[in-house]
Amino acid sequence: MSFVEYSDFIQDGDVAIVYLGHESLMPVKVQQGAQTQTRYGVIRHSTDLIGQRYGSKVTCSKGGWVHVLHPTPELWTVSLPHRTQILYTTDIATITMMLELKPGSVVCESGTGSGSLSHAILRTIAPTGHLHTVEFHQQRAEKAAEEFKEHRVDHLVTVRNQDVCQDGFGVSGVADAVFLDIPSPWEAVKHAKTAMKRQGGRVCSFSPCIEQVQRTCEALADQGFEEINTVEVLLRVHDVRTVSLPLPDFGPDSSAQTEPDAAEKAPPASAPVQTSVSLKTTTPPREIPGHTGYLTFATKPRT
Amino acid sequence: MADNGDEDSQYRIKQGDYVVLKRGNIFKAVQIQPKKKVIFEKQWFFLDGAVGNFYSTTFEIVSGALQPQKLKNTDSFTDAKEAGTDNRNIVDDGKSQKLTRDDIEDLKEKGLEGQEIIQHLIDNSSTFKDKTEYAQDKYIKKKKKKYENTVTIVRPSCRILAMMYHGREPGKICHLRYDTLAQMLTLANIHAGSKVLVFDTCAGLVLGAVMERMGGYGSVIQMYPGGEPVRAGMESFGFPAHFHDMLHGFPICRVNALLAGTLDTTAKDPSAGRACFFFSLLKLSEMFIALLFPEETEKLEFKKIFYVFVFVLQAQERLVKLEEKRKKLAAAAALLEGRNADGLVIASRFHPCPVVMGLLPFLAPSRPFVVYSQYKEPLIECYNKLKEHGGAVSLRLTDTWLRHYQSFGRSNVSLKTNGHDKLAHLKVT
Repeated sequence: MSFVEYSDFIQDGDVAIVYLGHESLMPVKVQQGAQTQTRYGVIRHSTDLIGQRYGSKVTCSKGGWVHVLHPTPELWTVSLPHRTQILYTTDIATITMMLELKPGSVVCESGTGSGSLSHAILRTIAPTGHLHTVEFHQQRAEKAAEEFKEHRVDHLVTVRNQDVCQDGFGVSGVADAVFLDIPSPWEAVKHAKTAMKRQGGRVCSFSPCIEQVQRTCEALADQGFEEINTVEVLLRVHDVRTVSLPLPDFGPDSSAQTEPDAAEKAPPASAPVQTSVSLKTTTPPREIPGHTGYLTFATKPRT
Repeated sequence: MADNGDEDSQYRIKQGDYVVLKRGNIFKAVQIQPKKKVIFEKQWFFLDGAVGNFYSTTFEIVSGALQPQKLKNTDSFTDAKEAGTDNRNIVDDGKSQKLTRDDIEDLKEKGLEGQEIIQHLIDNSSTFKDKTEYAQDKYIKKKKKKYENTVTIVRPSCRILAMMYHGREPGKICHLRYDTLAQMLTLANIHAGSKVLVFDTCAGLVLGAVMERMGGYGSVIQMYPGGEPVRAGMESFGFPAHFHDMLHGFPICRVNALLAGTLDTTAKDPSAGRACFFFSLLKLSEMFIALLFPEETEKLEFKKIFYVFVFVLQAQERLVKLEEKRKKLAAAAALLEGRNADGLVIASRFHPCPVVMGLLPFLAPSRPFVVYSQYKEPLIECYNKLKEHGGAVSLRLTDTWLRHYQSFGRSNVSLKTNGHDKLAHLKVT
């Protein structure tokens, strides 16, 4: 198991994702002799997990069952322990494509936060790329480094505990892409430029407030970035359901009375009257998808 | 600034490169070939002038040829010039511009650059100085769109090609919008080293996008309907040769046979082919002999010999091609037989339900799959079918909305675009 490579069987030391039901997932550190409590009962790692195939159904002590899944950055994003507000898959997917990330890309990121985006980046740039991630909070930086090691991706990432606005990313002239998710991204733009390859690259800044976006765009333009554009991506989930629509009853059909002779001879129609129609459709969710933030992209030209 | 020749050569445009022509948000994918004329935004030109320059260079189109733009033109049209506060006194009588259509054509013929023409238009507009700054910018933007004759040559990427196809030929890609494609690639966990099945009738764009994210590692099996796979979109990515080694194709008309174990990919008796060849050769020599001794045959035999010769060569070529095709089919079948693919991506004009049900058996447990459809109803069917069938968790039917903001610069344009639907699942045992 690793977050950048699939394997088929669960092993001691793996991180597996337990699927408990719709929208309910939980990460589990697989260990010989350990146990995990779930609402369906206890999962005993040695017997229920180790050696089993990823994707298997596991029956818990109380009788209920769960599925055990191979970790992916997407599953991690919805099950990881939050230390900060995180980026969700919708934004992550847009960022990945718009920054043109692919195997071999060198990426600089700040702040690391809870590592949601970091894991997705690592998955995309493996096996030959590298991620330089900067986090100014010491404990978060340490926790992130720990997780990367547990998830067997530490060879692809360097965590630096410093303030990107003061000290930059710690590298220069190497990055194909830079990502900023910090309160004052305009202060880090010049450091982003330094970290990027001379031949050019892409930059992205994520900010919840439009005022932040405006200041960042100005800073990007001042530093000579081109193709500056801001987007917002929203995901709408459709609830698939079967609905039953009743049919109105306008009373018996009056045209039968125009030919009384014919009506008397023919037996009265005994077909049952349809009272409702059932159809499969989707309903929009109760709440409109929430705003996460604005994504500003730009290109650094050759310098 | 000393350029290290070796280090930078990979950033230069070369003959044979697949590139993308760009002007603003208009893109067109072409291949750099000598003496090849292309048309882009109503202008014809040769691409030869681009070779040797760096990617992302902007060129001027001058008399059908490309020349690198001399100076990076900063917009100096409105530097410290006057502007008005509102339009209460501006009358739209169609007489503000003093230059006539003929005048402008003359300027164009003189070979004036787009920038210069625009400056002339501004200078000859009686109302320009009364417009507000925002209106002036809007005016300049409009004129630029009309009179600009620059083109930038950029490297193809999934982002650029997806935007291009969506802007130019959305019908060819089942109206797949680029942000939806982005979601699909991430949700399907496409990464280097995996084995991915792709069913794509989007001109090969989705296939190319998947291959880009795999970086040449692992394998991609393109399942295709009909006789031949469509790969035009994929070719536009300009992948290095070794990327093609990881790409396989498998016709879906053989899927059932493969699943039933009845697919025959063994080599047909090779000696039969050889026999055919030698027989033709024999016939050929017979005819030659006949020619050498004309008293027994007519001169027309010579023509017949030529045709037979060509036929023999073609037959041989066909045999070689068939053999190659068989080998490729066998290789693809071998990859599929294990039923352990790591990802499945479906984006087609076909009804998604049977496609998913037909290809799902090839996917390993605990692996994601994504289905795109332009329409919601077939995906609803899919969703219900999969729920009934079991074996899949975390089913979600979603669509994405993308909104552009222009918070930098003068105009505030906000475009709301509607997405199309996709269904993402995770397969389990």
